[in-house]
Amino acid sequence: MKRIYLDHSATTPVDPEVAELMMKYYVEYYGNPSSVHFFGRQVKKALEEAREQVAQLIGAQPSEIIFTSGGTESDNLAIQGTVRARNNKGKHLITTAIEHHAVLDAFKYLAKNGYDLTILPVDEEGIVSVEDVSKAIRPDTILISVMHANNEVGSIQPIAEIGKIARENGVLFHVDAVQSLGKLPIDVVSMNIDLLSISSHKIYGPKGVGALYVRRGVKISPLVFGGSQERKLRSGTENAPGIIGFGKACELAGLRMEEENKKLYYLRDKLIDGILKKIPQVKLNGPLGDKRLPNNVNVSIKYVEGESLLLSLDMIGVAASSGSACTSGSLDPSHVLLAMGISHEVAHGSLRFSLGRQNTEEDIDFVLQELPKIVDRLRAMSPLYKSDASSV
Amino acid sequence: MYSEKVIDHFTNPRNVGEIENPDGVGEVGNAQCGDIMRITLDVEDNIIKDIKFKTFGCGAAVATSSMITEMVKGKTLEEALEVSNKAVAEALGGLPPIKMHCSNLAADALHAAIKDYLSKQNKV
Repeated sequence: MKRIYLDHSATTPVDPEVAELMMKYYVEYYGNPSSVHFFGRQVKKALEEAREQVAQLIGAQPSEIIFTSGGTESDNLAIQGTVRARNNKGKHLITTAIEHHAVLDAFKYLAKNGYDLTILPVDEEGIVSVEDVSKAIRPDTILISVMHANNEVGSIQPIAEIGKIARENGVLFHVDAVQSLGKLPIDVVSMNIDLLSISSHKIYGPKGVGALYVRRGVKISPLVFGGSQERKLRSGTENAPGIIGFGKACELAGLRMEEENKKLYYLRDKLIDGILKKIPQVKLNGPLGDKRLPNNVNVSIKYVEGESLLLSLDMIGVAASSGSACTSGSLDPSHVLLAMGISHEVAHGSLRFSLGRQNTEEDIDFVLQELPKIVDRLRAMSPLYKSDASSV
Repeated sequence: MYSEKVIDHFTNPRNVGEIENPDGVGEVGNAQCGDIMRITLDVEDNIIKDIKFKTFGCGAAVATSSMITEMVKGKTLEEALEVSNKAVAEALGGLPPIKMHCSNLAADALHAAIKDYLSKQNKV
């Protein structure tokens, strides 16, 4: 059976060029970059090259890049590190209802421990209002955190506008750009971003590596203490092969973004249009056009449940994801869909396809051919579908 | 995550549908939590002659519904009332822990259908 991977927002395969480069740094150039000798120096040099490659993709200086273990750690370092360093400047924090749990749960922990937290709503397309951000700022606000693009529905947030307001008000601005890196242009300088979280494994790099951009002059406190690596902000021997792989992945992403996006936009819209046309009672979650990530498709298929859809798709070789409770590991469906005003019932039937580099038009055609059959089968089993049809 | 038996019952569910003019109907769960099961019964001489289900829910919800219809078809009402959610899960080779609470409702739906039948009998 041919397998079709449409879950690139969960993770991506490592680019062969990246993997090949990394392998050398596991078996051949294995020194500790902190060591003075040849073995160490050799790795240190490659590490600094990777720092340049990462910095270049987001318009930063290499010295502003702190390597971490991934997006989650970067988010936590940005949020907790800021709070620890600016404790005496205020207790108010601002974020949005659709952030990744790495951001939301870090803030909720702080809210339980003496901080004031404002969680801003989003509109039905999953986009936060710049005006709401502006109104929420208080004299004691120390940090605003807004994601660049949402991982579930692909909605792109007005980052540059919010950055301008944050800077004017002297409030630090953190952006979780894990989903947008390599897909949308990022320029930390013109967007007035102080802290930016990024991750390697979403852009065809290895897992277990990420980075936090910390604008020159911004003070944050470390969460991990030890050997003073990464400008003392992230102690611990660097994951050199991973970091070097991440650097290469950033370089490739920068080179390929424009051409790749052309293909992704085309396939994305073909999939969205096809699903809406071929399956009745389907709702697109999130915005259209350039307000949406080029690789994200998210639909709610009424009267069926998301996990059943995923299992059925998996059986024919198609990998996707869902915001239903059954796949979230909790009893509630996706907090993102609920924040967009979508009912529990409709959120349970949500299905996300996230496209990537190796997907072809044939893959999309296959999904468009098979998904309606799966929906028919599950709807025939659903007590909700019948009750609705009889009431019409 | 799921046992082979769960996947089998999910892929080829037994007794899907709705009995016309059923002797008993049981529905449990709600759309908000993501699982609804509806069981319809045909009862003759205290024996479940036919049973069908319709389920909105995850793989476990569909599989437990399917499994219980197989377990009680042809059984007396007393025997059917003794089948528990736990027994259904065991017959399927177990369920992931998180599913034991949210999606393991088939016995509840069956018992509701039997009670519906019995209450109708008492009225006659």
